[in-house]
Amino acid sequence: MSLSTLRVPGRTAGASVAPERRRWWSTVLALLFLAIMLFPVYWMINASLQPNGTTLQTSWLPLSPDFSGYATAVSQQGRNLVTSLLVSLGSVVVCMAIAAPAAYALAYFKVRGAGVVLFAILISQMIPGIVVANALYTAYNDLGLLNSIPGLILADSSHGIPFAILIIRAFMNGMPSSVIEAARVDGAGHLRTFFSIVLPLSRNSLITAALFTFLFSWSDFLFALTLTTTDQVRPVTLGIFQYIGAYVNDWSSVMATAVLASIPAIILLVLAQKYIAAGTTGGAVK
Amino acid sequence: MSVTADLSRPDHRHVVPGARRRAPGNRGGYRQRERIFQWLFLVPAVLYMALFFGYPVAKNIVMSFQDYTTATFFTGEAPWVGLQNYVSVLTSSLFSRSLVNTALFTIGSIAGQFVIGLALAVFFRRRFPLNGILRSLMLLPWLLPLIVSSAVWRWILDKDSGALNRFLGDLHLVSTGVPWLTSTSLALIAVVGVNIWIGIPFNLTILYGGLQEIPDELYEAGSLDGATHWKAFRHITWPMLRPVVNVVLVLGVVYTLKVLDIILGLTNGGPANATQTIATQSYSLSFHEFKFGEGAALGNVLVLISLVFAVFYLRASRRAVDE
Repeated sequence: MSLSTLRVPGRTAGASVAPERRRWWSTVLALLFLAIMLFPVYWMINASLQPNGTTLQTSWLPLSPDFSGYATAVSQQGRNLVTSLLVSLGSVVVCMAIAAPAAYALAYFKVRGAGVVLFAILISQMIPGIVVANALYTAYNDLGLLNSIPGLILADSSHGIPFAILIIRAFMNGMPSSVIEAARVDGAGHLRTFFSIVLPLSRNSLITAALFTFLFSWSDFLFALTLTTTDQVRPVTLGIFQYIGAYVNDWSSVMATAVLASIPAIILLVLAQKYIAAGTTGGAVK
Repeated sequence: MSVTADLSRPDHRHVVPGARRRAPGNRGGYRQRERIFQWLFLVPAVLYMALFFGYPVAKNIVMSFQDYTTATFFTGEAPWVGLQNYVSVLTSSLFSRSLVNTALFTIGSIAGQFVIGLALAVFFRRRFPLNGILRSLMLLPWLLPLIVSSAVWRWILDKDSGALNRFLGDLHLVSTGVPWLTSTSLALIAVVGVNIWIGIPFNLTILYGGLQEIPDELYEAGSLDGATHWKAFRHITWPMLRPVVNVVLVLGVVYTLKVLDIILGLTNGGPANATQTIATQSYSLSFHEFKFGEGAALGNVLVLISLVFAVFYLRASRRAVDE
């Protein structure tokens, strides 16, 4: 039996009803704000379910959902979605392989020049992507890396590596050093300490960094736009851009592609909420 | 993104006591080996940063003094032209337009994102059912690929059948479709509006985090002195939040300055350059007109502007830690 039923009716009960109601009013207000913020997302899903070729009137509700937009999207953009997936997964691997050891070194070792490296990482986040793309295009052209998945993986990793290093390092800073020292005293080498102690202990920050790295590469538009010139290798972001670059007469397939391109973000927000929250608050990973 | 790492806080630098059991004569060589091993952990990151951030910045500086065009790719020759790229870029009529647009876009976006983000952050400090889940769902616009958001808003803002015009029409606020993205006077406002929508979640999250750090006792003490609502905000919340505010604003400016996706997706810089910014103009110089030298020169101007704010950022984040 809950406590409230045992409470003596009167002042206490009366006082608790009013704030309770006020709280629910806040929830209603919050729902309203959320509805406004998420309307474009709703509209994207709604428009994706309209019959092909309806340019004039999209009904406010998808009462008779039509999946032909998705059929067109998959047939025209399916390959690009796979490209995006390969590039994003590849860039997660590259980012983690580079960022995790670096974060460990920056958090634990008294390496000379660590301050400089950290400073460079912070500053690198301020460099406009177009500057990087401008120089990479000419270099990639010489190296034959244009229109290639490895080329995109390497370039896209630049979205994630500084972020991943900073977030994993922030976590490792808070890790008890006694554990690592104990392992070292027991004779474990650097590599063994790193792989069997440090990495398992930092699991949460690694997952957070990996998820965000995936999202950054998946959302990449700049390098897709500048480092590919043919439709051989074409991430889905560029596919959408080319859809809307011309006059659009079939919004339902554009919106269906947009929905498909949003799936990673939606899945992560629903299933990996705690990691996403950790990533958005930056260094405050606990 | 939102990493507010600090440089001033002393690191947990642990001297790993592995050398203890070695013979004293061996110590020097062991230390050296140890140091090399430690550096090896850092080497891949340093190499990557040098290749994908250091090299592009350096290469851009070099290119900005060269006549670097498509011909360069075939002949391998890029003649030195001194400051000519800078002169032609900075004196073109388009530059002043882009500069003004960049300023308006940045100030408008930041102001909108910040005010709405702060208002929502204060609102979400209330305790009410479902607070956590509703707040985290607010993040969605920020997690979507920017080009997806651009595509969706293109459709919402469509002149003839967009949802916004239909909504306004149903309310009898407008009689004909408003050309949000195709009118030279409205396009920049529409682009700013979309960018505000994208930036609200980031501002909300960081500011909410900052608000949570303010101890409740301050408000309790304040309310005894009659500081409630607006007064409490002015005299308690705002001063306590200042360090976080500084970081959010400077980061926001730096990220907004380099925005490309949203503008290219919504208007492609048009109509008639009404939404052209320094970033989009640099892109179009390099990748549409194939004047890579001029594109590099304009890109460097953007780097310079960002660097000014980067200095602010470093000072703000250092202060955020000190306080």
